[in-house]
Amino acid sequence: MARVGVFICHCGENIGRTVDCAAVAEAARKIRGVVHAVDYKYMCSSPGQNMIRDAIRQHKLTGVVVAACSPRMHEPTFRRATAEAGLNPFLCEMANIREHCSWVHEDRAAATRKAIDLVGVMVEKVKRNQPLLPIRVPVTRRALVIGGGIAGIQAALDIANGGHEVILVERDASIGGHMAQLSETFPTLDCSQCILTPRMVEVAQHPRIKLYVYSEVEAVSGFIGNFEVKIRRKATSVDSSICTGCGACQAACPMAKIPSEFNRNLGPRKAIYSPFPQAVPNKPVVDQENCLRYKTAKKKGTKAAETKVCGKCLEACPIAPKKAVDFSLCEDTFVTEKVGAIVVCTGFDLLPMNQFGEYGYGKYPDVIDGLQFERLASASGPTQGAMKRPSDGKEPKEIVFIQCAGSRDNAKGIPYCSKICCMYTAKHTMLYKHKVHDGRATVFYMDVRAAGKNYDEFWRRAVEVDEANYIRGRVSKVYQRGDKLIVKGVDTLSGELVEINADLVVLATAMVAQPKTEHLAQRLSIGYDAHKFLSEAHPKLRPVETNTAGVFLAGACQAPKDIPDTVAQASGAASKIQGLFSSQELERDPTIAHVNETTCAACWYCVDVCPYQATQKKEIKDRQGKLVKMVATVNEGVCQGCGLCAATCRSKSIELDGFKDEQICAEIMAL
Amino acid sequence: MAEHQQATETNAAAAGQQVWQPKIIAFVCNWCTYAGADLAGTSRLQYDANIRVLRLPCTGRIDPLFLIKAFERGADGVLVSGCHPGDCHYNTGNYHARRRWTLFRPLLEFVGIDPHRVQFSWVSAAEGAKWAEVVNDVVKNVRDLGPFEGYHGMLKKSGWSE
Repeated sequence: MARVGVFICHCGENIGRTVDCAAVAEAARKIRGVVHAVDYKYMCSSPGQNMIRDAIRQHKLTGVVVAACSPRMHEPTFRRATAEAGLNPFLCEMANIREHCSWVHEDRAAATRKAIDLVGVMVEKVKRNQPLLPIRVPVTRRALVIGGGIAGIQAALDIANGGHEVILVERDASIGGHMAQLSETFPTLDCSQCILTPRMVEVAQHPRIKLYVYSEVEAVSGFIGNFEVKIRRKATSVDSSICTGCGACQAACPMAKIPSEFNRNLGPRKAIYSPFPQAVPNKPVVDQENCLRYKTAKKKGTKAAETKVCGKCLEACPIAPKKAVDFSLCEDTFVTEKVGAIVVCTGFDLLPMNQFGEYGYGKYPDVIDGLQFERLASASGPTQGAMKRPSDGKEPKEIVFIQCAGSRDNAKGIPYCSKICCMYTAKHTMLYKHKVHDGRATVFYMDVRAAGKNYDEFWRRAVEVDEANYIRGRVSKVYQRGDKLIVKGVDTLSGELVEINADLVVLATAMVAQPKTEHLAQRLSIGYDAHKFLSEAHPKLRPVETNTAGVFLAGACQAPKDIPDTVAQASGAASKIQGLFSSQELERDPTIAHVNETTCAACWYCVDVCPYQATQKKEIKDRQGKLVKMVATVNEGVCQGCGLCAATCRSKSIELDGFKDEQICAEIMAL
Repeated sequence: MAEHQQATETNAAAAGQQVWQPKIIAFVCNWCTYAGADLAGTSRLQYDANIRVLRLPCTGRIDPLFLIKAFERGADGVLVSGCHPGDCHYNTGNYHARRRWTLFRPLLEFVGIDPHRVQFSWVSAAEGAKWAEVVNDVVKNVRDLGPFEGYHGMLKKSGWSE
């Protein structure tokens, strides 16, 4: 005999204003099987939860329905309260009368009717729920960190210092990410590499961190606590175990004009290269696209190791008896690692050059983006930190900085604010003035967003001390006249048109997601938004988790953010993982499938359909060991509870606990 | 739309009749569409109230029999919504749902149920606005198609009451 308790939450005004909660409670009392129905202001609060617990004991409830917010919000809360009262937590369900009802329908009568229906649906479901016990699976207490920028480095160090092994996979030949490209960081004007490289070295030397550089994540399978990751190690043509990083090969390489990605195409690199002198690990790789030997080998169809072309790096390598440069290492290799949790720290990219025809970006060499300016200003950059403009190397006396180049612009498809540009532009004006005392820096801005700690004081210093000229207005066009760039803009505060003859124009281009993010997200089964930034589980309360258990996020891959927030988020993700790894076993959601072996016809449709190979063939033998029949069976440790098998089974022999056919039919019948 | 509804209802109430409200049942997947509907709620996007959402782990869980059951119980329209192809939380669930629908649609037509009463959509967890739009479109569609007389007309004529 069902004894269901219904608890309707007002959620303050959120539900109570639109839905007549008392009426819903009244209607609930009339449903067969409901023995107790009340409404209350805040069901998830302590007194609210006590009401549920007391009611379970007092009325000997066999099921609980809480009509409130989305189950995605508070199902764990109410299930915990139910369990504390001694009732199996899977006998508690939620009816969503907030996100799906009171918040989206204005008409009180219609919303109340709908709420009553939704409560009826969940009562029918809960009457058919079965108590379920959590399934325990062992946890592989190792973490995978994808991306070796500051986010990945911080996460890796925190997890490793917490006592667990970390696998760090980085796409480039060195870790460090974009932070390594910066000259100085706001608001302290710390030398970026000086604060970053010690961490990079710590990662490389940490006994519990396994570093895979020049590698990418190829495939991921499994689930929380039990992931299997296939990593592609790109061919380096260098045996890093014997290479000492002496640099002789790089010095000898004749291919000297390849644009350096690290220097944002402002300077060259060789075909055998280390991205920057402070690279960690400091072992070079051979770029097969630009290496003379590889190019020749490809044309001739021979192997690089046998093609006797160039080979100056090989000659120059001083390691003996076996050289570190090794052209036989020409194929990508694969490794598989087992991990229990994954942190995605793939970072950001900047809006590409071809998006700004009106500013001549891509056409004029002296129109550059913020990261390129960083490379010019950086002591390890192509100009060793001297302010020299790309076209002719002259010191610019007049620089124009254009904010919001792409951001907050629906016409460019980027409605969001990129968060860091106001601060780094102020920083750029200061770096410029510190080097060129008689120079003039003008900034065209829409708003100045300096919301962090010491941030506002920082940009005011740029204006008051370093005399940056801030003009509130946008720039319509930039064009070349002689050796000057004419910048036409407007000063909206005075209402006048402004024209500046600049030597250099710097665009604060929008922060965008990395191009391969979508592909990676699909492989990890995590969500992403319209701008390809990865989706967090809840924008307010769960910023480092994703909807896929065991996969976490940190840094700019989730949304534009600066270094302090990135580091905080990375540590946050690490702490979640520490929690996950705090026990040897993990409790899994028991809403999985079960086979009725009596009626199973062994057609194996369920085996074909399962995305995780959780359904398997099982032999049933008699006491003599003779095979009686074959049936399907579900591996409890692997089943994710999607229900594909249940829908596919023609004899209805396989059922998904929590979403059985009879439950769904009952829900439909309740409407 | 809410005002139009209310006006019609007031007039009809004055005339002493019940105005028909379309009954639409939506089978949605927990990970994408349900979350997208939650986002529509968080963003306070208003949409037509004539829809009832049933949560499933995946659109791949949907047995075509559920859709038939829905019509049998008086639904005038059914909406099935899940993750975009390639984004299914369980990798392939939505592909199976799509394939089942491809086979099921001709059966519906054969039986005489207007397939326009069943809508398929892909709504991701970030598409709150799309969910509101889909619901409004589906309800409007079903309103234009009118009540689903097929099964109930047959009951009435044969004299069976439910």
